Amino acid sequence: MSEFLQQLVNGVTWGSVYALIALGYTMVYGILRLINFAHGDIYMLGAFIGLYVSRFIRAGENPSPVKALVVLLASMLLSALVGMVIERFAYKPVRKSPRLSALITAIGVSLLLENGGVLLFGADPRFFPQLIPSRNIPLGLGVVLSNQQLIVLVVSLALMFLLRLFVTYTRTGKAMQAVSHNHTAAALMGISVDRIITLTFMIGSSLAAAAGVLVALQSPKIEPYMGIMPGLKAFVAAVLGGIGNIPGAVVGGLVMGVAEVLVTGYLSPTYRDAIAFVLLIVILLVRPAGIFGKAVAEKV
Amino acid sequence: MSAPLLQLADCTMQFGGLKAVANLDLVVGAGELVGLIGPNGAGKTTVFNVVTGVYAPTAGRVTFDGRAIAGLKANRIACAGITRTFQNIRLFPRLTCLDNVAVAAHPHRKAGMWSAVFRTPGFLADEAALRRQAMDMLEVLGLADHADALAIGLPYGQQRRLEIARALAGKPRLLLLDEPAAGLNPQESEDLMRLILEIRRRFSLTILLIEHDMKVVMGICERIAVLDYGVKIAEGGPDEIRRDPRVIEAYLGEESVHA
Amino acid sequence: MKRLLGPLVVLVVLVVLNSGLERVLNPYFFQVLILVGINIILAVSLNLVNGFTGQFSIGHAGFMAAGAYGSAMFSLTVGQRMVNALVAGHVPAAAAEGAALLLALVLGGLLAAVFGYLVGLPSLRLRGDYLAIVTLGFGEIIRVLILNIDVIGGPRGLPGIPKWANFFWVFLVVAVVIAVSRNLAHSTHGRALFAIRDDEIAAEALGVDTTRYKIVAFVIGAFFAGVAGGLFAHYLCYLNPNSFTFLKSIEIIAMVVLGGMGSVSGSVLAAIVLTLSPELLRPVKEYRMVIYALMLIVLMITRPQGLLGTRELSLDRMLRRRRPAETRA
Repeated sequence: MSEFLQQLVNGVTWGSVYALIALGYTMVYGILRLINFAHGDIYMLGAFIGLYVSRFIRAGENPSPVKALVVLLASMLLSALVGMVIERFAYKPVRKSPRLSALITAIGVSLLLENGGVLLFGADPRFFPQLIPSRNIPLGLGVVLSNQQLIVLVVSLALMFLLRLFVTYTRTGKAMQAVSHNHTAAALMGISVDRIITLTFMIGSSLAAAAGVLVALQSPKIEPYMGIMPGLKAFVAAVLGGIGNIPGAVVGGLVMGVAEVLVTGYLSPTYRDAIAFVLLIVILLVRPAGIFGKAVAEKV
Repeated sequence: MSAPLLQLADCTMQFGGLKAVANLDLVVGAGELVGLIGPNGAGKTTVFNVVTGVYAPTAGRVTFDGRAIAGLKANRIACAGITRTFQNIRLFPRLTCLDNVAVAAHPHRKAGMWSAVFRTPGFLADEAALRRQAMDMLEVLGLADHADALAIGLPYGQQRRLEIARALAGKPRLLLLDEPAAGLNPQESEDLMRLILEIRRRFSLTILLIEHDMKVVMGICERIAVLDYGVKIAEGGPDEIRRDPRVIEAYLGEESVHA
Repeated sequence: MKRLLGPLVVLVVLVVLNSGLERVLNPYFFQVLILVGINIILAVSLNLVNGFTGQFSIGHAGFMAAGAYGSAMFSLTVGQRMVNALVAGHVPAAAAEGAALLLALVLGGLLAAVFGYLVGLPSLRLRGDYLAIVTLGFGEIIRVLILNIDVIGGPRGLPGIPKWANFFWVFLVVAVVIAVSRNLAHSTHGRALFAIRDDEIAAEALGVDTTRYKIVAFVIGAFFAGVAGGLFAHYLCYLNPNSFTFLKSIEIIAMVVLGGMGSVSGSVLAAIVLTLSPELLRPVKEYRMVIYALMLIVLMITRPQGLLGTRELSLDRMLRRRRPAETRA
């Protein structure tokens, strides 16, 4: 029993990482009907930016929570800028193009980030400094939570909560909702659709970067292709929850994380990556709109 | 009235909580030209969608030439003899006018895919026949000169004609026209009226027509059914409908009746 | 009889080139030429699904893998014995190997076609992006399956496949797939596919059985991808699951998109260009993928319809332009 609970704890921790990344996918899809293939690579970029920032402020020499926070925030900010640049130069020109063109553009950006990363950072894995020394916190019933896991959980939940507040209660957040429903109507209401789209990309990218830093704090080995699988899994999570739906992305991420950990623990580690694809195909065949999504029929 | 060709019996089409069409009884006799009118959102296009198989009705029966067709797939219904045009023109933008019309002739093909791949004599003859059928239809609608032009390049009025040509090429017995006069100027509308009567005569068609242009409706329809919020509120000849207070109220609001 | 003239000429040219080219060209160029041929088959077969029928299929490498491994397993078990038996019965080696290869290719293609059918089924209910993701998922699943089946080598790969593929066979299939595509395009069945691509609802309303045609497109596309995989297997003589990743699928899509979706000649041209460029870019090897990625992005922004759009290179049209005086005479 305690093993099961431990798996659950691990699954929820991983799930919140997937949720952070999934939020970016879902928001961009909701606003642009674009699957941002490059999003997983922002997660990777976030980890690398965090690495260089921590070098710059010499966080590895005297690690402290404050320095870790600085690294996190700096990475989030810089990745948001990268997201903005990508949107402006690669995605904006294809906004009115057929969906397949936009998809291929996104694939191109993804390849660019990955291979550009290889050129810039080298293909060999690099090591993120240990900014938070690992300690175990027993939770009772034989379940143990590492402080790193705790931080991942707390930070993720905080960010998700902040996002929810932002989208629901601020004017800009409501503008984002409006744009995701109908660009033209939103524009007629005086909303600058371009700025909202840029902002959406920036927020999504910063969350993915946060996920990258949080994971790197736990598993310090980072390399340019590390974003591919988590990106794909987070995408599946977004679809699972209903793509375009923000709470759905969170739920989907958690389900994805728990499912993956349980399958790895109780079935076999080799199926770890496969579970994502299986879940994806099942969901798209059974309920393509996802858990919270609403199927929109085409008007004939 | 002649033998019923199309019959909707107690037909209901419900989307979630919304009844787009409610308990509709409608009969169209063979050879008739019937109009279906009503304010926007009345459910007229939904009726077309139910008849052509885009939707399966939530309740009720749809019969065509004695055969139950409710719930059949759209392409089966088209092959059975019902074709249509669309409210928002749905041409194949990247195909030529000729190819657009030829697609409708596809159900009448004789050669299978293997013959096409090997270009057998049988296939070549069949293909020539299909293209000739399409060309003939373009000529009937005065579009023969545009045969090799892309459909998307045509002016609006001709696009509407092309859609009609395409629907005709399927050799239907029942033709559904969804707002064929939309966006046409008065001269074009008059030409359209003449065209509709001509094709009915020439191809022995039965026609069901959705239209907002009252001149067209009153000018050519023998019988008119009026829908409002999914319910049939009146049915009769043009003069009856023109004077029916319920119809006037539905279109213009209660004040007009008492004005 | 006149109709058979064309195919006969093609056959003769292929046979002549086959014996000549291998002697004239250096082995490196020759291998590139073979790879060009295989990529042409892949691009033209994908064009049938994406370009003709408008279905977003981005897992084509999976079908190639199915065909590659399927045909390879046949050759390694039954095929080789068949050839030995035939040769013992005084059948010339080339003919025996050719027959065995043909059989292997067809079987590989059929296996791929079965997968094509399975992948095509979801296409009936999914559109656009969602369909793309499902096809991607299937492509990956096929690859993961191969990785986990030990008897076909798994991650170590499958060596020792007999080298039966040569210029003749590769380019014979190239000719066949181009002919099939062109002939379908110029038929009512091709029109049905194009109609589905342009407006599926209108096509259905006109009597086109969209379900059947979408599945047929997937199956035919997958079949030829499988045959391409078989040729690949029987030329390189070694298979590794890493040859069939999502990246390979992207490379094939890039060819179809660069050439112009719906244009067969476009796919051919683009396959040639995109197979040769990495070879030409070898000196700047590290930048190769970055250049490739930039090319995709720039292409989609500046000329999304590709080189030829939906038009075809037509010898007819090019010649006609040179003789305006004659037509008016």
